Amino acid sequence: MKVLVCISNVPDTTTKITFTDNNTQFNTSGVQFILNPYDEIALARAIELTDGGNGSVTVINVGESDTEPTIRKALAIGAADAIRVNAKPHDALFVACQVAEYIKAHPFDLILTGRESIDYNGSKVAGMLGELLDLPSVSIIKKLDINGDKATVEREIEGGKEVLTVPLPFVAGTAEGVAEPKIPNMRGIMSARTKPLQVIEPVEVKTFSEITGYKAPEPRGQVKLVPAEDPAKLVDLLHAEAKVI
Amino acid sequence: MSVLIYAESAEGKFKKSIFEAVSYARAVADQTNTNLVALSIGDVNTSELISLGKYGVEKVLNVSNEKLKNFVNQAYASVIAEAAKKEGADIVILSNSFSGRGLTPRIGVKLQAGIADGAVDLPEQKDGKFSVKKTAFSGKAFAVVELTSANKVISLTPNSYKVIEKGGTAVVEAFNAEVKETDFKAMIKEIVRSADKVSLPDAEIVVSGGRGLKSPENWAMLEELADLLGAALACSKPVSDAGWRPHSEHVGQTGIAVSPNLYIAVGISGAIQHLAGVSSSKVIVVINKDADAPFFKVADYGIVGDAFEVVPKLITAIKEYKASA
Repeated sequence: MKVLVCISNVPDTTTKITFTDNNTQFNTSGVQFILNPYDEIALARAIELTDGGNGSVTVINVGESDTEPTIRKALAIGAADAIRVNAKPHDALFVACQVAEYIKAHPFDLILTGRESIDYNGSKVAGMLGELLDLPSVSIIKKLDINGDKATVEREIEGGKEVLTVPLPFVAGTAEGVAEPKIPNMRGIMSARTKPLQVIEPVEVKTFSEITGYKAPEPRGQVKLVPAEDPAKLVDLLHAEAKVI
Repeated sequence: MSVLIYAESAEGKFKKSIFEAVSYARAVADQTNTNLVALSIGDVNTSELISLGKYGVEKVLNVSNEKLKNFVNQAYASVIAEAAKKEGADIVILSNSFSGRGLTPRIGVKLQAGIADGAVDLPEQKDGKFSVKKTAFSGKAFAVVELTSANKVISLTPNSYKVIEKGGTAVVEAFNAEVKETDFKAMIKEIVRSADKVSLPDAEIVVSGGRGLKSPENWAMLEELADLLGAALACSKPVSDAGWRPHSEHVGQTGIAVSPNLYIAVGISGAIQHLAGVSSSKVIVVINKDADAPFFKVADYGIVGDAFEVVPKLITAIKEYKASA
């Protein structure tokens, strides 16, 4: 089984997010970039599913050369090879079109993405890939098992879950529960240096969205402390002042 | 030109998040003085469909087709795109629900439309530009995204727009969509939904517990508190990682982002990753024995104290409040 895992290079989860140029650019100064946590889950499951000579995992990233440490990390975790489409990931459609183009020339049995990237939180690439390749897509899955040419997946829904069977090939966005992220071992880190990382040039894509600015959340006022002995006071405040109960 | 709202239903009913999305769609249609058409797929009875008129829908397209009774991402996306084409809708609006997240990108590709996912405010239409504010960096910031295409798709974050009742009734029309066989490859085997539980992303009040609660057995008091308030339960990442609570309750940067009216955090210190997921809450209450817990800095109300003493007292106080109300 050939599995493709789409990976993003995103700011570390501990990053304090700030902006420059009159709030039009994300301030990357001093920011550590990491493999998107949801993509780590996709990658971990892909490796489990192909373990023991049962196939191989390829990772693909749309990014400029600064994303290579993240790609090498994916190789260290256990991907066999990597593709980097040499372009800034303008938006989800741009990324999905690049990946779809690659898949058209190199078919896979299973295509995984993280449920969303933790920077723009779009959760769009999986669905777009499905549409561009005319394949089924399942967003936000919590479980993924393969039986022959079919998969059983659990999808998150409000207040519950849905269990589906989907024939291969298909696209899915993984969330917590699908697998535990894997930490690369020393052998993995050493071998990652020599695993194939192919750089390809992007295809032209007409995109339809542009980020024109950013806003920080409204700061909250000073916290009002209520004595621990008197939670009834809190109930009063929530009712009379905050009007939320 | 018109605006199409996909009115997602579960078990034949519309939820509050759909009334929010319909109210939002009405306001978007009003910005350009155009019609609002709703699309419903599945088994929703006529009186429920007509009730969408209360929120400003003029016409409801109803797809009643045995094959489309249950959600099939690919097929539903085709039906919604078909309906948009038939109605000449240049703006399609959905709720950014779990299913909505699967539909939005497919519809965007089908309609050659720019997408604003996770919108938190009405679009700004100025000098021929169409911009939407959306969540970014998992709640740590907002991004303004300009959609440059003729067709546009917007998905609305639950709890970010008010339900506005205008009164009125909608006309219901049957809609027969042609869906190709290959759109039905994914098959639902089972749907598990706990009817008695409030769904976390839609909840108006969320009661959340962290490592400070020390063990999973201690969730009983949070469950009682949540039941009293009609709230959904949530937890921090260490709690779900430890298996004390399911991943579906994990709120934070790598879990679920919520925007309830009231978020009550018990025994959660407030790591930056957790705060990201709750920063859109309207009111935040923090109960923690550590007065220096970072969560107090972003809270509206706080109690510095031992959760095992404070929460039972709070439960009693709420019972008294409810008895007197």
